[in-house]
Amino acid sequence: MSATLAWARPSRVAPVPGLGLTLGVTLAWVGLIVVVPLAALAIKPWELGVAGVAQSLAEPRVLAALAVSFGAALVASLVNLPLGLLLAWTIVRLDFPGRRVLDGAIDLPFALPTAVAGIALTALFAPNGWLGAPLMAVFGWQVAYAQAGIVVALVFVGLPFIVRTVEPVLRDMGRDAEEAAATLGATRPQTLGRVVLPALAPALLTGFGLAFARAVGEYGSVIFIAGNMPMQTEIAPLLIVIRLEQFDYAGAASVGLAMLLLSFAILLGLNLLQRTLRRGRR
Amino acid sequence: MSARFRPAHADAPWANALLAGAAILVAVVLLALPLAAVFVEALRRGLPVALAAILEEDSLAAIRLTLAVAAITVPVNLVGGVAAAWAVAKCEFPGKRLLVTLIELPFSVSPVIAGLVFVLIFGAQGWLGPWLQARDIQVIFALPGLVLATVFVTFPFVARTVMPLMQEQGREEEEAAATLGASGLQTFLRVTLPNVKWALLAGVLLCNARAMGEFGAVSVVSGHIRGETNTMPLHVEILYNEYQFAGAFAVAALLALLGLVTLAAKTLLERAAGRRAGGAA
Repeated sequence: MSATLAWARPSRVAPVPGLGLTLGVTLAWVGLIVVVPLAALAIKPWELGVAGVAQSLAEPRVLAALAVSFGAALVASLVNLPLGLLLAWTIVRLDFPGRRVLDGAIDLPFALPTAVAGIALTALFAPNGWLGAPLMAVFGWQVAYAQAGIVVALVFVGLPFIVRTVEPVLRDMGRDAEEAAATLGATRPQTLGRVVLPALAPALLTGFGLAFARAVGEYGSVIFIAGNMPMQTEIAPLLIVIRLEQFDYAGAASVGLAMLLLSFAILLGLNLLQRTLRRGRR
Repeated sequence: MSARFRPAHADAPWANALLAGAAILVAVVLLALPLAAVFVEALRRGLPVALAAILEEDSLAAIRLTLAVAAITVPVNLVGGVAAAWAVAKCEFPGKRLLVTLIELPFSVSPVIAGLVFVLIFGAQGWLGPWLQARDIQVIFALPGLVLATVFVTFPFVARTVMPLMQEQGREEEEAAATLGASGLQTFLRVTLPNVKWALLAGVLLCNARAMGEFGAVSVVSGHIRGETNTMPLHVEILYNEYQFAGAFAVAALLALLGLVTLAAKTLLERAAGRRAGGAA
């Protein structure tokens, strides 16, 4: 038995060549561009000492900026969950003229440079803009130069992440389970709530995490629309820029390291939540 | 009502129409209007004014610098990305998952932090700052810094688009080629590359678009010296902050066009790749 298997499987397949060269290039590339620079970020803050880092982060302005960045990213990603689901569903399940254009347009935030998105959204939502003026006149809402503006910019940059993670899952899912549920007498809302949504939940969570990670660090599209008032609409990345301009390298690195560690902790939490979700469905 | 039968698992036509309408509304407000705003604002004072803003000396310098940065960045990440994809997809070695995680890491790092890390190393008060200053080498506030920050930010694009495809295709064909005596380079050029060329091209286009449009990372390392270290997105910011809106939006429109062309090319490439995959099956 084992003899025939050994004979049937050629045991002397030549390994694909090129490991040494490609791995060498890869390690040099990853090491010089990613590992060493991020190591610098991890080491630099401690020039201030542990107490110094704590003091540098405990400044009210820093805490406020971190709260604005993480809070706005959270709100924007939550807003993007239903919007992303709606767009993914529309692309996969519905057929109407313009569906392909819609499909292509969803990647626009990936392709449009962030500074361009920033000034465009500002023009749109400024108090005299196409959308800003009616929102102000009808509801009295100020969007640009307020925290709402930050959320709008982050919704824009995060939207495709959720659509593009949910879309393939929805496409692969097929309609068998929905047909079965309907045959067993489930109403349409029951089917959507108990069959479709749970199956999409892990993908929604992944997309949420990607959009959130991107939104926390976003800079270009936000600084134009935010107004950048310290304690109110100043985001953490802008604070890093300001500290660098004052040659406070260690202080800037402290904020950067805090941002990275916080967002990795949140992504880790999302990952664990996702595992629990998957296990629960088994 | 007609006797037409609607399966129980399908939604009512009015519900579908409502969903499609809502989706189109979201797309118009969030995607179409911002894009339209760029072009309307750029042309507000007429096409000649917009063109003059683009053809002005500092704008042309910014365009040249942006092209130079992309011309260095894209090949670096193309070589690194293809090498990484080959090593991960076609060979065996320990620590593979860690390597893949490191390659994807730049996607979850703020662009500002991407600029910051290079200032920490090469800046005036960075690790190598004094050493570089003694030799009169400028990294930060000069082209090398712009390139480093841009390489970091666009790092995963090529690797991320090619790697999954190469993994999916397995390594039987490459093993066969190796068994038949092909060298590594021959195997890559004749066996692997034809299988992934569309994905590779898409990855290069995305990498290029991001390299030309990057703002946060280059803003940190640029120093904003007009005509010298200003890339196009930074030039947009300067014009905008000087209330030269027509000029700012004109340069922005040029960048938006680059984004649109990239998007269209990517869509076409995906269709070409999809047709190919379908035809082979």
